[in-house]
Amino acid sequence: MIALLLRELRLAIRHPADTLSAVMFFVLVAAMFPFGVGPSPDLLARLAPGVLLAAALLAALLPLDRLFGAEAEDGSLDQLLLSGLHPAGIAAAKALGHWITTGIPLVLATPLAAALLNLPTKAWPAAMLALGLASAILSVFGAAGAALTLGARRGGVLLPLLVLPLSIPAVIFGAAAIEAAANGLEARPYLLLEAAILALAAPLAPLAAGAALRGD
Amino acid sequence: MEAALLQARDLACWRSERLVFAGLSFEVSKGEALLLTGANGAGKSSLLRLIAGLIPAAEGSLTWDDADCLADPAAHGAGLRYIGHQDALKPALTARENLAFFARLWGGEVEPALAALDLTALAELPARLLSSGQKRRLALARLALAPVRLWLLDEPSVGLDAASVQRLAPLFAAHRAAGGMVLAATHLPLPLPDARELRL
Repeated sequence: MIALLLRELRLAIRHPADTLSAVMFFVLVAAMFPFGVGPSPDLLARLAPGVLLAAALLAALLPLDRLFGAEAEDGSLDQLLLSGLHPAGIAAAKALGHWITTGIPLVLATPLAAALLNLPTKAWPAAMLALGLASAILSVFGAAGAALTLGARRGGVLLPLLVLPLSIPAVIFGAAAIEAAANGLEARPYLLLEAAILALAAPLAPLAAGAALRGD
Repeated sequence: MEAALLQARDLACWRSERLVFAGLSFEVSKGEALLLTGANGAGKSSLLRLIAGLIPAAEGSLTWDDADCLADPAAHGAGLRYIGHQDALKPALTARENLAFFARLWGGEVEPALAALDLTALAELPARLLSSGQKRRLALARLALAPVRLWLLDEPSVGLDAASVQRLAPLFAAHRAAGGMVLAATHLPLPLPDARELRL
């Protein structure tokens, strides 16, 4: 599994465009809102938590359909399935690789997007934590979705339909955490609830993904 | 008479509503090579994938020393090498990095495996710059990593020049001398002396 994760990271370094395009997408979506909403800093700050979460999840979704698609096309998936690794282990390594190469860069870009949305500075740490957890939840659900839609003709369209509804709780609690922090309240309970979703999804979603990979 | 190790009985395979083959039985024992021949679409590749456990058998059984192979696909998969039509190489990684990934998964030494297929001089090139024959050799270099008991080769010599095909001979010989088996689907002659032939 570590070998697979290291290969994922090495490939991401050789192809930085995938990571960069997700980050650029995230920042650009955040930059569109001030133009659309108009010159009202208060309204923007009200919208910021939800916009940050939705934009980050959509950005993290971009590289997901290639998660197993690229492996299946060049025959690597066959070799991975025959490597003695449990299929759920393969899916878990891929999900972790996706989070490191997409989720963490999105977290690092969060202050920039938060500034564009006029989110108060005191809420930035909570925003980064909430986005980190939400993108991790998307990575594990996304790995399951990518495994299920592997080989489907319109997999790229099917994948968001499967994964985004599952990510709604992450958006609710993540946005609530950012909003609480922006209003000077305690963000911790919401972040803990978000972490609880991740704790539930992290062991279960790879099992589903593994079963889908095996199923041919 | 040596006991058969790998035994297939009455195997049948369905692929997308079509019966590819049925009632297929064969045995392979230690050190033996079995060549699968037959027209395009006769089911050679499907049979290899089925034996590898990558696709399910519609009927029949596959046993290894009388133990069911398909009961524990992960353990069965770890005991074989499958070289399919696709080379399973990442274009962005160098030849050495591609092979080193599999060496980390399976064990084995990268440099001797590169040398066995005459790839040492190309080791630092990204796989996307290799010709199709060189990519094929890099895929076949996986066979020279940690030894396993069964090799499943799907047209291993496609795109190889005559010298490269001959380079496979010592690999095959060492594998079979150690008691390994080879199942190869092929249209071209392979350096596998005394191989039996199974016509699909």
